[in-house]
Amino acid sequence: MTTATPAAGRTAAPARKPATMAQALNRALHDALAADDSVHVLGEDIGTLGGVFRITDGLAAEFGDSRCTDTPLAEAGILGTAVGMAMYGLRPVVEMQFDAFAYPSFEQLVSHVAKMRNRTRGAMPLPITIRIPYGGGIGGVEHHSDSSEAYYAHTPGLHVVTPATVEDAYGLLRAAIASDDPVVFLEPKRLYWSKSDWSPETPAKVEPIGRAVVRRTGRSATLITYGPSLPVCLEAAEAAKEEGWDLGVVDLRSLVPFDEETVAAAVRGTGRAVVVHESSGFGGMGAEIAARITERCFHHLEAPVLRVAGFDIPYPPPMLERHHLPGVDRILDAVGRLQWEEG
Amino acid sequence: MTVLDTPAWRPRTDAAPLLPDPEPYRLLGTPAAAELDPALLRTLYGHLVRGRRYNQQATALTKQGRLAVYPASTGQEACEIAAALALRPRDWLFPSYRDTLAVVARGVDPVEALTLLRGDWHTGYDPHEHRVAPLSTPLATQLPHAVGLARAARLTGDDVVALAMVGDGGTSEGDFHEALNFAAVWQVPVVFLVQNNGFAISVPLDKQTAAPTFAHKAVGYGMPGRLVDGNDVAAVHQVLAEAVGRARDGGGPTLVEAVTYRMDAHTNADDATRYREDSEVAAWRAHDPIALLERELTGRGLLDDEVRDSVADDAETMASALRERMHTDATLDPMDLFAHVYAEPTQQLRQQEAQLRAELEAERQS
Ligand SMILES: Cc1ncc(C[n+]2csc(CCOP(=O)(O)OP(=O)(O)O)c2C)c(N)n1
Ligand SMILES: [Mg+2]
Repeated sequence: MTTATPAAGRTAAPARKPATMAQALNRALHDALAADDSVHVLGEDIGTLGGVFRITDGLAAEFGDSRCTDTPLAEAGILGTAVGMAMYGLRPVVEMQFDAFAYPSFEQLVSHVAKMRNRTRGAMPLPITIRIPYGGGIGGVEHHSDSSEAYYAHTPGLHVVTPATVEDAYGLLRAAIASDDPVVFLEPKRLYWSKSDWSPETPAKVEPIGRAVVRRTGRSATLITYGPSLPVCLEAAEAAKEEGWDLGVVDLRSLVPFDEETVAAAVRGTGRAVVVHESSGFGGMGAEIAARITERCFHHLEAPVLRVAGFDIPYPPPMLERHHLPGVDRILDAVGRLQWEEG
Repeated sequence: MTVLDTPAWRPRTDAAPLLPDPEPYRLLGTPAAAELDPALLRTLYGHLVRGRRYNQQATALTKQGRLAVYPASTGQEACEIAAALALRPRDWLFPSYRDTLAVVARGVDPVEALTLLRGDWHTGYDPHEHRVAPLSTPLATQLPHAVGLARAARLTGDDVVALAMVGDGGTSEGDFHEALNFAAVWQVPVVFLVQNNGFAISVPLDKQTAAPTFAHKAVGYGMPGRLVDGNDVAAVHQVLAEAVGRARDGGGPTLVEAVTYRMDAHTNADDATRYREDSEVAAWRAHDPIALLERELTGRGLLDDEVRDSVADDAETMASALRERMHTDATLDPMDLFAHVYAEPTQQLRQQEAQLRAELEAERQS
């Protein structure tokens, strides 16, 4: 894929430390708008309000309503008009207000956004970024906590990216916007308020799309995860020390393209792997990842690859969601089932 | 035959009779109000006062952490109440997520109506019991359901009308347009109520539509559009009752736009000062649905201190019962997560159920 390196933003960034993921995303949009006049942001409540999660805060004031536009309330319309804008050479970034409210735009996504390059033999690529806050853990009522990554990853023609750290939120969003292919950019909403020492004015690093990263090296087993489940896996790896396990953690960052090399190398080093995600397990990303690990690392494996995922149920109401979300105990329980030799 | 004789050439209906009034229709404070039945007005008054109190109590419960979120219909009580009261028991109501009040006015238990917003389950009532569909959060998606249900009732030979509620923002969704078209093509007994409360979260009307009014949208689909003052409970009730009656008599669908105002923020999680002026809120406060009706009742000698006190007491009784019941923790059974995914759970769900049961057992023992 083509990933142009965007120029540094025109405006000096406020020196705020530590920054949250929400602020890093805001900064990335800001810098993308400043760097490239063809970038246009569209969505519901993103102008005056700055988005329900404030990710577009201040952008309409600085860049004007035509660069950061409050649309009518219609997701199919938002994405469909973004397709037309991209056909004419603009670089739209659309915001879907919540995961489940992106569904009206599914036809535009699957039938046009994903296929236009292929249908036109490369003559009409669509450089559209579709930002979607996703996942649970924030006590949202129904339709506010879906993890829909498997639908998107199953659709050829779409890149699917999800940051898990403040730094990556900035770097990956810049790369997504710069990409000439459409990118579904999934923002783990329960990490919006997570903090890091990342500062908006330190050299803005654009992360190439398609590379996983090893967040923690380990010798006993490898946890493979992404997005909202990364902090849970890191916590589990810490807790596992008590059991005498030294767990490695791989953060995929990009589900499509899928970085087989990094994953396979990590698993070969341990011989044991558990894939962790909060979306339902059946037909989910974990199945794809486990299959690939088995294909690539069969002779290195000491145990079948296990999955820890959300149950195969509609997302629960707020008061019951803690039973659904994979937590440290469920991860450690899976690690314990990786056929360790006695003694 | 020439093209002039083919169906494509000529308009299928005359547009003029479908057009809404140029101004929102009003009754309270007009000479026509003298004709209104005092008993109806008193009933509406009781419901309005109770409804306002319910909104206040639910908002307080949210602040106390007893509800996950509450989208109040403060200022919109006239629409909520009139929608419920315009229907007969055999009819169906299709509410949106803001319409808890209409659901309660229709007879659903006040606590069960709040289940979604309390967060112990998604829908707290059996939709069949009072013929109220689940509160719908994905905007406008409930509208085609209302059309389908009304058609099914017709095909079955039943005398049933469906009334579906949606906001000004929701009218931009494709499902709104598809529902209107199906309803008009099939001539089914359905009434669409658009509560135009000025905003879709922060987005004002001029960014939502360029139509003269939302009621005008009816014309393009071939059904009448009615425009009514949504804070005039007598007017909303009359317009909805007429539309329901017309639907019942085989006259087909109607789109009613009620012009009102969302007095509170979008929900407790929203800060409305970011996008609207206090002066606008003040203007609508002076056009309050309860005050409008009180003025009418007082003018006709139908409201004295005794009536006022007894209505207020009644509302207070409702509120304290609600408060008390909501301060009791909801009964939760995590195993319910697996209970109704399918009629018969899959093998995988049974395994997951066993896993959770074992985890909970271990939790209890540690
Ligand atoms: C399909 C869909 N998109 C977005 C949302 C998020 N959302 C919830 S309420 C709302 C505004 C609705 O405005 P309106 O229809 O005018 O109803 P009101 O809130 O004013 O009652 C939005 C955008 C949603 N619930 N469903
Ligand atoms: Mg509205």
